[in-house]
Amino acid sequence: MINWKVLLSISRTHLLSRIRQSGIAALGVTFGISTFIILVSFMTGLNQLLDGIVLDRTPHVHLYNEIAPSERQPVDLLEGLENSWNVVRSVKPRLSQERIPNALPILAYLRRHEAVLGVTPQLKVNGFYLAGSIPLSGILNGIEIANEIELFNLDDYVVEGDPLLLERIDNGILIGAGAAAKLSVGVGDRVQVRSAQGEVFPLKIVGIYQSGLAEIDDVQSYVSLQTAQQIEGVGTNYITDINLKLKHIQQAPRFARRLAAQFGITAVDINTANAQFETGTFVRNLITYAVSITLLVVAGFGIYNILNMVIYEKMNDIAILKATGFSGRDVKYIFMSQAVLIGLAGGLLGLLAGHLISVLIDHTPFETQALPTVTTYPVNFNPLFYLIGLGFALVATFFAGYLPARKAEKIDPVDIIRGQ
Amino acid sequence: MSYVLEARHIDKYFYEPVEFHVLRDISFRMRRGEFVSVMGKSGCGKSTLLYILSTMDTAYTGELYLNGELLTGRPQPELARVRNAHIGFVFQFHYLLPEFTVLQNVMLPAQKLARKPQEQIRQDALDKLELLGIADQAHKLAYRISGGQKQRVAIARALINEPDIIMGDEPTGNLDSTNSDNVFRIFRDLCDTRGLSLLMVTHDLDFANKTDRILEMEDGRIIDGNEE
Repeated sequence: MINWKVLLSISRTHLLSRIRQSGIAALGVTFGISTFIILVSFMTGLNQLLDGIVLDRTPHVHLYNEIAPSERQPVDLLEGLENSWNVVRSVKPRLSQERIPNALPILAYLRRHEAVLGVTPQLKVNGFYLAGSIPLSGILNGIEIANEIELFNLDDYVVEGDPLLLERIDNGILIGAGAAAKLSVGVGDRVQVRSAQGEVFPLKIVGIYQSGLAEIDDVQSYVSLQTAQQIEGVGTNYITDINLKLKHIQQAPRFARRLAAQFGITAVDINTANAQFETGTFVRNLITYAVSITLLVVAGFGIYNILNMVIYEKMNDIAILKATGFSGRDVKYIFMSQAVLIGLAGGLLGLLAGHLISVLIDHTPFETQALPTVTTYPVNFNPLFYLIGLGFALVATFFAGYLPARKAEKIDPVDIIRGQ
Repeated sequence: MSYVLEARHIDKYFYEPVEFHVLRDISFRMRRGEFVSVMGKSGCGKSTLLYILSTMDTAYTGELYLNGELLTGRPQPELARVRNAHIGFVFQFHYLLPEFTVLQNVMLPAQKLARKPQEQIRQDALDKLELLGIADQAHKLAYRISGGQKQRVAIARALINEPDIIMGDEPTGNLDSTNSDNVFRIFRDLCDTRGLSLLMVTHDLDFANKTDRILEMEDGRIIDGNEE
């Protein structure tokens, strides 16, 4: 039977009688744990922000009709030449429309599908913003604004005006910040847009949109789907893109393949479109954990050193404890509990320090053109990190304490007493 | 006649630095309430014998009985329990835990034994300190008291679990004559009034002469003082 109360009272007395040494050992742990908390909160905060930018804006599956050459050229179909090697030079894309064929039934089908969270149809129209006599090339995206806001948080990137007006007024436009600057226009002003067919449409600016990517902001604007169809001069079934958000993002690749096969159109899933973003997340997490574990190992060596020293100092105490009836295991627990107590105290202090500094970072202004809605550094306060941090502290100190404590367990009291 | 301690045919070798037969066929018995001293020249093996009798050293051949029970061959944790409950130690160097108070030092073996509630242990420890005349030092840290006082604290600690036997390795070897006499009187008194068994290794002939029986050792053998 182990009498923890007695053992802990001994280790407490040991710790308190060398409060400075114990404090320094604990500070090593505090430093490691607080760094871990700061790093992991900040890094994952950043990850979430960056992932959010990608995930918010990128559809899980993007359907469109790709203009591409036919895989099988007519010569391949010609009887008698099946087994020959046919070479066709200067292959051109097949003549087809940019629109998705049968777009409305596909939309209706997808809206009912149980795996789908939401669907937004789009019509991309090429046109020109007219600045006096100078045409600036632009892309007008015809969208259903309410859906886009709900599914892809478009409103996060609207820096001025009310995007929902797109739906409520005819001929509204949500113009890119770069284009607005070039045209010297603001919310409430009018802008002339010339379609590819040469017709000019006056549109009223309901808001200004800033994605953070200058190339996009200089060119791209949003109008309502109907306005885009009018500019293009097409019917209400003319849709060039369908964006899908699924209930489970993991299903995207499979779902995309299925839709491509089912409807004979091109379907790109988010994993293919943004393969690099997961890599970035992974590497950032790897760095966080590698740095934290390194710091904790250093702290662990500190504890190991101090306990080793203590055990040399306390040889006599160990001998007398064993002589008066404490077993080797009791002695081991006395020293291990010291290590773990140091870990616990240092770890809790580290959590507190890490949290306070994280709060500080969370309130530090961080203004960047690229992210108009972000005003302070992103920090992710996830309680799980605090649990992991404390777990790290306890495990590291446990192992740091184990080796010296085992040595103490093995000390032969006769050697010590005889040695005097 | 009951024997508190019995050793049968104990042999021990040292292998470092060279092989050396330190104890040769030691057999002896100790009656309950007896005050026995072990004498002999340096290196005759008397301390080595004491460590074997105290169960701390288990690297020997032969048999060791405490209260008629065989202790030889038992696992370490069990021997630790035996030491805790049945054997009290007093060493030449006082071996108190310096960061603990005098009272805590005395209480520790009893807390380990955990046979009595905390309050009772505390009262017992104060009683033992009272018995040894150092109750006024109870709340001082152990390293702050004098050598003679430390030795008396060590005796109080040895007594706390009401052991069957108290063993001492030169318990007065590091004390001046006044303190030495004091400590001896305490032992004598414990033996006479409480019937405690005592086994003391000593160099001090005056000390030994005042005990009930002297075991004299030479070259790893008991040459005088055995009853048989």
